[in-house]
This record gives sequence, C-alpha cells and structure tokens, in this order.
Amino acid sequence: MIRRLLLSLAALAATSVAAAQPVAIYGETVWTGTSQGTITDGVVVINNGRIVSVGPASGGVPSGATEVRAQWVTPGLISAFSRTGLSEVSGVDDSNDSVAGSSPFSAALNAADGFNPETTAIAVTRRDGFTRLAVAPNARSTLFGGQGFLADTSGLPGSVFRERVFAFVVLGERGASIAGGSRPAAWAALRGAFDDVRFFGARYMTHNDGNVLTRMDAQALMPAAKGDQLMLFQASRASDLDAIMDFKEANPSLRVAIVGADEGWMVAGRLAELDIPVIVDAFSNLPSSFSQLAATSENAKRLSEAGVTVAIVTLDNDSHLARLATQVAGNAVANGMSFDAAMEALTTAPAEIFGMTGLGVLAPGARADVVAWDGDPLEAASAPSAVYIDGDAQPLETRQTKLRDRYRTLDESERPLAYKH
Amino acid sequence: MHFRKLCLVAMAGLMLAACEKPGSGDAGDKGASEAANPFPSTYTAYPSETILIANATVLDGIGGRIENGSVLIENGKITSVGTDLTAPEGAVTIDAAGKWVTPGIIDNHSHLGAYPSPGVDAHGDGNEISGPVTAEVWVEHSIWPQDPGFTRALAGGITSLQILPGSANLFGGRGVTLKNVPARTVQAMKFPGAPYTMKMACGENPKRVYGYGRGTTPGGAPYSRMGNVAGYRDAWIKATDYKKQLDKAKNGGGEPPKRDLELETLAGVLNGEILVHMHCYRADEMAQIMDISKEFGYKVTAFHHAVESYKIADKLAEYGACSSMWADWWGFKMEAYDGIPENIPLVHNAGACAIVHSDSDVGIQRLNQEAAKAWGDGKRIGIDVPIEIAWQWLSLNPAKSLGIDKETGSLEPGKMADVVIWSTNPFSTYAKAEKVFIDGAQMFDRDDPALQPVMDFELGHPGEGDRK
Repeated sequence: MIRRLLLSLAALAATSVAAAQPVAIYGETVWTGTSQGTITDGVVVINNGRIVSVGPASGGVPSGATEVRAQWVTPGLISAFSRTGLSEVSGVDDSNDSVAGSSPFSAALNAADGFNPETTAIAVTRRDGFTRLAVAPNARSTLFGGQGFLADTSGLPGSVFRERVFAFVVLGERGASIAGGSRPAAWAALRGAFDDVRFFGARYMTHNDGNVLTRMDAQALMPAAKGDQLMLFQASRASDLDAIMDFKEANPSLRVAIVGADEGWMVAGRLAELDIPVIVDAFSNLPSSFSQLAATSENAKRLSEAGVTVAIVTLDNDSHLARLATQVAGNAVANGMSFDAAMEALTTAPAEIFGMTGLGVLAPGARADVVAWDGDPLEAASAPSAVYIDGDAQPLETRQTKLRDRYRTLDESERPLAYKH
Repeated sequence: MHFRKLCLVAMAGLMLAACEKPGSGDAGDKGASEAANPFPSTYTAYPSETILIANATVLDGIGGRIENGSVLIENGKITSVGTDLTAPEGAVTIDAAGKWVTPGIIDNHSHLGAYPSPGVDAHGDGNEISGPVTAEVWVEHSIWPQDPGFTRALAGGITSLQILPGSANLFGGRGVTLKNVPARTVQAMKFPGAPYTMKMACGENPKRVYGYGRGTTPGGAPYSRMGNVAGYRDAWIKATDYKKQLDKAKNGGGEPPKRDLELETLAGVLNGEILVHMHCYRADEMAQIMDISKEFGYKVTAFHHAVESYKIADKLAEYGACSSMWADWWGFKMEAYDGIPENIPLVHNAGACAIVHSDSDVGIQRLNQEAAKAWGDGKRIGIDVPIEIAWQWLSLNPAKSLGIDKETGSLEPGKMADVVIWSTNPFSTYAKAEKVFIDGAQMFDRDDPALQPVMDFELGHPGEGDRK
C-alpha cells in the first residue's frame, strides 16, 4: 500500500516534470494518421500534454527537449471494443463485472461502474501501445447490455473520460437466443423497447410498465433511440446487417455502428452508403456458426475498399488480450487491406466512431498520446519502447513483467524466489 | 473461432471444460501389431514430382539457415538440402528468390474435427464427460474430416497435427496424429506409423466438470485437486494390475485378462507405446504429475498449455518433458493468471523442450506468428534465439512429442517432404504460406484456387472457402 502510494507520488512528480519540459520523439518512420501521411525520419514534439509539432527531424526541436529515439512512432492506439478493466480473471465470476445476467436492469447498466483502472490487464494493454479503450458491457438475459464508456489506460483514478458513450445491443444469432429463441423474438424486443422509449411519458406515468424495458432502462435507452448517442449493435450475418440497416432507414436519426460484421463484405456498399462503421475481428475466416458462413480473411479489406469505416479488434479474450489487435490488423494487411487503412482501424476509425476528438492522430494540438516502437507496430515481434498518455511517460512494468523478472533465473540457493520483488 | 469461444465459456464456468489438447494412444503400426489396431491408417501420399526449390532462405528445422538455399524433393522425400544443388532431369524448378522455405508446421494440440466448424451443439464431440476416467475413448472416432478448419490450417502451413480429446476428464482418451490432407475418412488422414497418444488433464477443468458440474454433468469425484490426484493414481493402480496380467499371459502364464478398452490404453502407456500429453497450467501441479509418473513408471511426453512452465523450466528440463504453449494467452481463468509472454523463450533457454501449440482453429492458422511473438519477447530480455533455432518450436519439437521426428519435422534427406514456401520471413505478420507440400505433393497454393481445398460443408454457401 505504502509502496503504491510512493509510486503514485513518483508518477505525479514525473508528470509535473514532463509537463514543464518538451519531449521530442524521433522515429525512423512516423505514421501520423493525418494528411501528413508517413514521415521518414520524423519527430513529434509534445509539451504540456499536447502535441506541439509533427514533421521531419531536419526541422529541429525546441532547445532543452528530452530526446527519445525509436524505429517507429505512432499515435496511441485505440481499442474499439473490449471488456478490458471489467475483470481481473474473466473466468472468475466474482472478479468479472462485464455482465449481469440476474440483474433486473439492462440498458441502464453503466459499464463504467464496473471499471477498475488497477486491473492488471490495463497495464498489459498499455504496454503494447494502446492508450485508449472503448469498453462495452456484455448482454446475457436481454438484448441490452447497457452503456459503454471510454477510458485511457493510465491505470490511474479518473481513467474513464466519458461514460455512457454508446448503448450496446446484441442481435443476430446470439440476440435471437437471448430473446427467446428466434430473430423475430429479438426484433420484437428491440421494437418494443423503442416503443417504450417513444411513449415513455404516457407509458410509465400511467402504469409504470413498459413492453420490454423497466422505467429506468427505457430512460437510459432514450438518448440512443433518439440518435443523441451511438447505438452499437453486435451482429454477423449479412441478413442481420441488412435488417439493422432497414431499421436505421426507418429511424433515420439513429447513430449506428456494428461490431462483428463477419459477413459485412456482402453488404459493404450499403454500409458505406448509410455511413455505418463496423468493428471487425479480421481473424474471423471460418464458418464458426450459421451466421458466419461467408466469413473471410478479406472482410476488412473488402469493407475498407468499399468505403466503410473499419475498426479492427480481437473478439477472443477481449478482456485480457485486446492488445492483439495489432497482430490482427497486420493479418488484414497480409490479406489485402492497405497498411494505412489497417493503422486507421486502430486509431482514427475508433476515434471517429466514438467521437474521441484529438485522439488517434499525430497532429499539432492533438492530445499527446504517442507510442514509440522498436519496429513496425503491426509486426507480431514488435513492441513499444515508450508510451505517452496526455504527454505523460507511462510505466511499462506489468504484473507479467514482475513474474518474468522473478523467474528469469531459478536460483534458490540463498532464498526462495518469493523474496525476489 | 468456435472452439476458442467454447473454451472461454467453459472457463467462465458455464459449461464443461474443453480447452485441453488430446493425447493420442496406441500404435498405428508401432508397438501394437497392425491386427491389434482395428482402425489402421489408409493414408498414402498423393502423386508428386521431382521438385527443386531454389534460391530461398532455407530453415532446415534442425538449427541451420541457408541463404540462397535449395531443397530437392524426389519421390515425396527430401533428398538434398544445400546451396548448389542442380535440378535432376525432368525436375520442376521453383524459383523461390526472396522467399523462405521451412519444414511444415506441426500443431500438437488441436481439436479440429472433434470440435469442428460450425460450432453447433451437434458438433460437440471433443469431451466424453460421462466420467472422469475415459481412457477408453479414441478421439479419432469423433473427428469429422469435413471440418473447414483443416483447410484454414493448411493455408497456415500446417502439415501434421495432433487431435486431442478435451480436458474435461482426468483421462480424456486417445489422441491421434494426422497428416493435414483433406480426406473422406479419418483413416485416410492418420499419420502412418505414428504412435497413439493419451490425453490427461490437471487442475480446474476436471474438478469443475465433475465435482461442480452444476447439475448439468454427472457430479461426484473429483471435487478438488487432491481428488484429481487420487483419481489418476487409482486408475494407474488398476492399469498396473492389468498390465501384470497381460505380461503374465504373454509369458505363458495363463489366459490374458478380459479385454477392457480403458485398461488397454492405460497399459499401453505403461508399456511406453502410448505417449502422454497432459493439460496442466500450474507449475506446482506439473511437479506433482512428474512424481506420479515416477510412481507408476510412465513418462509424460508433453505438458500442454503449461502457462507456468517458466517457473519450473529447470525441473522440466531435468525430467525431459516438453511444454506445449501459447505465446500469450492469460487471465481467462485462475490457473491461467500467471501466464507471461516470455514463457516459451524462458523454457527454451533453460534447455527444456519448447513447443508452440494452438488449441484453437484460429491460432492454428498462424503458429509462425505465435512463435514470432515469443521470439520477440525473448529477445527483449536478452534471450536472443536465432530464428533457425526457434523454428524447432514449430516443427521438430512437436514432431518429437508425437514420436514422428524420424519421419518429419525437419528438412533432412530421407524425411517426408512436408515443406512450406513462405512469401517472406515467416516471423513477419505479413508472411503468407504460398505453397504447402505434404509428402512432396503440393496440397495448397495461395495463388491458385484449384489448389485450395473446399470442404463439403462450405459448398453452396457464399464463402466456399476463405477468400473466394
């Protein structure tokens, strides 16, 4: 406890120093995510939590700047969909706050209430270059998982920087199962819930009872139903995506994004036309279910080429291995997606989907989330050498590195390894 | 994808445990006579040409790296590897300038076919959870050869693989080693002569599935890790007795005991004919298992998942067990909490046998990348393993763990021509397996749809394979 306090104080001290002094981060390759494109031998200068300049190293840096050198420099990566920070050990229910199957509430569940910035997976995710997370609740007993939020990965109190950013709704095969066994049941529940929201005043004032939602849930779903908040649907099959698009056309004010979308390529043109972004796991290339019969490792490429905004994530072990989205994106490139589009899928696309202004880019005035890498960030063997969040250099130590260092050598001739810490 | 989900669900405690690998069992040809095996391999190599793969960076799989190297394939075998090979008359020469050539990857932990795609209930054939000791089942009887996952694995350079039963049971049954060649029957995939293996499991899965089966599964012992150990020992005591009767009969001491499928498999382990592949996450449990194996006189060939092998790498090296590992899976259940990305290089560095495995129909498609991650993480802490050495995690070491290293697992003259041509360094995320040869026959070509298998299930669906 005391140790943690000291560390926090040290971090605060480091913060104030960093804030007072510019840092120049040199990269042999600097990927900006802006019209500046990729700069060879570039430098990013940060100060007071903001990016001051981005340009060729030959342009010079402010005198007295701390210099950091790396092979690659990128914006802090953004995980577009995870449950990171909601569980310490996902299979241990007591430690897992991502889902509440027995709660009387659904759409009103605020996932941010379950977030613990000290979750060890946060530091593990940060260490691989992710500085921001869009975190979603899960759904178990109704289609409505609740409210997702945005957090940074500093691991400090106050990491959550926007709550109730999106309403998470499960459709498709899983939604059908949750709703009672069929897609018609799921759509009846969704439409019924929208009615509850629409007639909120009359319905709940008179008999305090909705078709589908409790009063509190109806109230919570209202912003998304009105289009003031993003509604994030989970679905995979092309016909499910079409149904969502029909729903969007019938309710033009809705702001819609889709996670999963394994068969998205089949309806890519319409997704682009309706400006509906998708969040995909580019590893999905098997007919794992009857909703993924057209899954292909070219899904991300085809969607991107059709003009759809694409974010890339890993949907397996989404609490502890969100960091693997870089490898997933690299595989999307191997399967034809452009490198820039794959990088955008980890930066500007999630920033756009969730309205994170000043994040996901290296641009003057943007928030100083910057990552220095020892190689191409999409290469499996690469890793960050430095990570900055809002200009603060982040610790790269994790519970994993502590375990590693304890067992790096197995010599117990003097004392048990438990004394090594 | 589906299997991984199943595992995670299992880990969430909702279902049975399925995240284990199978073990294989009795001999195809080895150990037991052909007559003793009612399900003999019918695999024969497909026709092949004389092929010279030239001008490539060749990783021979036994630690060598040859720039501008060539590999000569004749009659389905590797006949020569070197720098100045000339093509025999009539040979097809493949100019592989800029490309890399490696032995085919061998995954010693897969559930393809037993938990096939699509992952519907009707396809859940990987765990015979009717009891904690089901050494009598053989996973080959669950394998659906039409699983599209086999074709995706082929596109990732997998030329052989072990299919294991799940990890619900203390003794999960026999595993089987396959050539990754599409076939109408499992028998036509079975690796000729490969010894059988047997799957066992430590820890959370057996005790949860049985003791804490939440009323959906049989219930009863084991409820605890000590119950697990009692269960193993109890079975080995019976097997020891059975083997004694078999040996006695063999030596003219009377009638053999009544046939018993469970005890036949366990006796096969005690005879050294069947290799034990054991799902075990925690270091302390692996140490207990090594002691049990000494008590009963058998050997654990490989611990699977082994996320804490780095804690006892010295002991594993001394005992001589392989660790079959993920690069970075962790945190999904209590016994996976201490997983670290440097596990593989730390095990390797201690002189123990390290293997990269998948346990996943997704991971199996890119085991080279999983190795690359571990390699990179090792390098950053000063364990700088040359790629040509690290490749042993992918081919030779798994081949050893399956008892097929005399036949495959490296590019050495006389071995099966199980070979992959990669578009670039296979430790790059961008590398693609361009051509895959099994016994010298080209079974996959990334640029030629005619050489991309499509399983029955996929026909008539919009995908019809991966990239159509």
